[in-house]
Amino acid sequence: MSTNHNFFAPFADDDRADAAEKVTGRAKFTAEHAVPNLAYGLFVCSTIAKGTVSKIDESDALKAPGVLDVISFQNCPAVPGYNPAKGGFEWWGLKTLYDNKVRFYGQPVALVVADSFENATAALKLVHVSYEKEAHETDFEKNRKIEAALKPAGNYKRGIEKAYKTAPVFIEAEYKTPIEVHSPMEMHATIAIWEGDDKLTVYDKTQGPKSTQNTLAKTFDIPQKNVRVITEYVGGAFGNGLRSWLHVPAACIAAKKLKRPVKVLLTRPQMFSLVGYRPQSWQKIGIGADKTGKFIGISHSAISNSSRYEDFREGIVDVSKFLYACDNVDTDYKTLPLDLSTPTWMRGPGEVTGCYALESAIDELSYQLKMDPIELRIKNFTTINPENKLPWSAKNLLDCYEAGKTKIGWKNRSAIPGKLKENGWLIGYGMGGGVFGAGKGAASVRLILKEDGTIVLQSAVSDMGPGTSTSMVKVAAETMQMPIHKIKFSLGDSDYPPGPSQGGSGTTSTLGSAVNLVCETLKQGLKELAIQQVPTFKTLAVADLDVKNEVVFSTKDPGTIIGVAELLKLSGKPLIEITKDSGGATPEMRKYAINSFSVHFVKVGVHAKTGEVKLLQIVTTGDAGKIISENTARSQMLGGVVGGIGMALKEELTINHTTGEIENASLGTYHLPLHTDIPPIEVWFVNKPDPIVNAIGAKGVGEISLIGFAAAVTNAVYNATGKRVRDLPITAEKLGFKKV
Amino acid sequence: MEACKYADGRRGFLKKSTAIAALFLTPSIVTKAFAYDKLVPTPVEKEKLQIVINGKSYELMVDIRMSLLDLLREQVGLTGSKKGCDMGQCGACIVLVNGKRVNGCMTLAVDNGNNKITTIEGLATPEKLHPVQEAFISHDAMQCGYCTPGQIMSAVACIREGHANTREEIKAYMEGNICRCGSYQNIVDAILDVKKSGKPV
Repeated sequence: MSTNHNFFAPFADDDRADAAEKVTGRAKFTAEHAVPNLAYGLFVCSTIAKGTVSKIDESDALKAPGVLDVISFQNCPAVPGYNPAKGGFEWWGLKTLYDNKVRFYGQPVALVVADSFENATAALKLVHVSYEKEAHETDFEKNRKIEAALKPAGNYKRGIEKAYKTAPVFIEAEYKTPIEVHSPMEMHATIAIWEGDDKLTVYDKTQGPKSTQNTLAKTFDIPQKNVRVITEYVGGAFGNGLRSWLHVPAACIAAKKLKRPVKVLLTRPQMFSLVGYRPQSWQKIGIGADKTGKFIGISHSAISNSSRYEDFREGIVDVSKFLYACDNVDTDYKTLPLDLSTPTWMRGPGEVTGCYALESAIDELSYQLKMDPIELRIKNFTTINPENKLPWSAKNLLDCYEAGKTKIGWKNRSAIPGKLKENGWLIGYGMGGGVFGAGKGAASVRLILKEDGTIVLQSAVSDMGPGTSTSMVKVAAETMQMPIHKIKFSLGDSDYPPGPSQGGSGTTSTLGSAVNLVCETLKQGLKELAIQQVPTFKTLAVADLDVKNEVVFSTKDPGTIIGVAELLKLSGKPLIEITKDSGGATPEMRKYAINSFSVHFVKVGVHAKTGEVKLLQIVTTGDAGKIISENTARSQMLGGVVGGIGMALKEELTINHTTGEIENASLGTYHLPLHTDIPPIEVWFVNKPDPIVNAIGAKGVGEISLIGFAAAVTNAVYNATGKRVRDLPITAEKLGFKKV
Repeated sequence: MEACKYADGRRGFLKKSTAIAALFLTPSIVTKAFAYDKLVPTPVEKEKLQIVINGKSYELMVDIRMSLLDLLREQVGLTGSKKGCDMGQCGACIVLVNGKRVNGCMTLAVDNGNNKITTIEGLATPEKLHPVQEAFISHDAMQCGYCTPGQIMSAVACIREGHANTREEIKAYMEGNICRCGSYQNIVDAILDVKKSGKPV
């Protein structure tokens, strides 16, 4: 669970806390837990996009070796939480194996359970499913133009509507993004073990053990404390582990029915339709400025797809309301229900899509104005959030522009597109910015000070890769002023004090605040204990004492000193245990707008004959308060940039609209960035504490690392070629080159 | 009826295993086993397998349809090798078979009789990490850690093959290992560092 640092000592202080577990293969991911008498469950999925299942014939499958059961709506035991009459729980989303309705191609219609993975796999094709097919609609481009098909999802106005049209200089443009899929390397899995009728232990790939625990307690109508969710390691998730998808209850249903532990595994093709995705989008931006570049109006409309059974929305148009100073802003957002599975939050949800359009549009406007795009942004820079009129707690974007400009060599950029050429490649420079909310939620952390002076911290969070343990140990070490290797952070167990789901770039701020608070409380407690227990401290006040390097001492008389371990021994305590909650947002925080910001800079080459787009150099800058662990924060920024490379140049899920089937549901056909796609990337942080957000001054970087990046690439490609691609991903064909 | 679609990798895999199964069946069942489109339940065959994993000899009864990766993960309990796609497209399952890097999901366990397998668990000694593992830590060449064992096994082979001389060469020879967290730059840094150090791998 947590790392034994001494196993392969010595480590540098900023090394990833669980690195040794990961490089040796000792880290246990969900599907890897050895459970006796385990059965294997695999989904049989629909081969129509819409309709009903008229019959499931499982007789052949049940004759196959090792097959224990085939569970479908025909024989699935009643799940208490799926009945709103009982307990009043309003269920959202799809109910696993609940009815005969098919809502999207690839929807699970049965679960085959067998005594081995091989037997379960072989039996999948022996389950015969008959359907009554209905007409489906999966085509976003076709249906987004049908007004009646759209659902209003919010609009906003300040000042004059469509004011951009009155500006001396304005542009209007439409931007499109395809469905993108999280595609973490670890495929989702759940192992369910029932101990009696109302006690459930689950190994699950989740970004929130507490959230999964809550969902399962409600689903099976059992006390929350009777559900234990264990998630020691998460092999990436990027948002798709924020809710419990169909396979999670499926494992529990099967384990209960069969009275033996069941592991349900998703296959890689199923990872493309059963655990969410970033919705497809269409956006239109109108933006106008006066001759000096001052924005006069921004209008931003967006449509994104959802499923028919849930209305998934995200903040696509929100960035236009507040990122730049502008008196007249209007936005309009609609969703388009289609016969597809429900999308979900994917890294930088909403803002990624919105900033792509906004940051592209500003770039387009800069050419109209004949103004440097960085200068144009600086012209409209503001320290007051124009949407809620609150001052920003900290906003160091100007530093980001300056640092990035120098590092990328912005001075070499040609203001006129298509002018730079090197060895047959057209060269262009581009930039784009990003923003994401940075709050502080509630988290509880338990601290255990052991008799040897070491500290263990516990919270029911999971870590999908950013390095939560690493940064929490650093926060604790700094607060306690003691060596990192004497502190452990344990996570991944819902039995620990409640912590937040890992998402929305909030972990470091939220959990870090709780860690800081619990350590401060310990220091206070140790000082009081010293005064009570140690004769030489008796006359001293708490204010005269400090704790550092595992000793309590008087700041007035350095000779008055006692070791923490010794103090514990003296007071007859085997250990000290404290649990503290960080609380949520404070009244002080509500007086400010609090965000993280990023600016990305790209140098790109476009081959003059083939149109191949090659990234040559990337500089990414982040303004996210104090950086707790430079090592892992840098890695996170690199990761966001790589995600942005995928968004700009490679990723696109395609659907056969005749059948409704996903055409490229594999890692060989859905193209992720690979080693050769990555140019030299430099990461730079402002690294100044935010004085308002929390006691540690830190904000998140998970989302801002990706938000705005795709625009930096399209802007650079325009600078190189004079051709504007407004439909991601950029391909040679879209740049007007023939397919070679 | 069709179950969820499998890409060709797994389909080919099953076809092959069905064919192997046929060798052990009576003639009437053989006919059925080959009639792939009219699937019927077929008896499961297990075969004896002699294999050396991380220097240790094993004699196992193995389901003939089982991949080498599943043998390691589900039967031997060595879960360090990862399953990222099960169709040879991501590299998370890379192990060394007689010194050569192989996707563990793309080779049947029973096809590895007397082969010497090295997995991530066999790289370090209890006292010391392998230089590539050390470099992965010092360059933070991982985030979630799921592709890491495959990247490391591939990196070891890449260096041993003599394909780690420049950044570009390393990238080309590591192209089969996907890292969705995007730690590529640090991975290449780590490999280059080991190569330049001249440490024996």
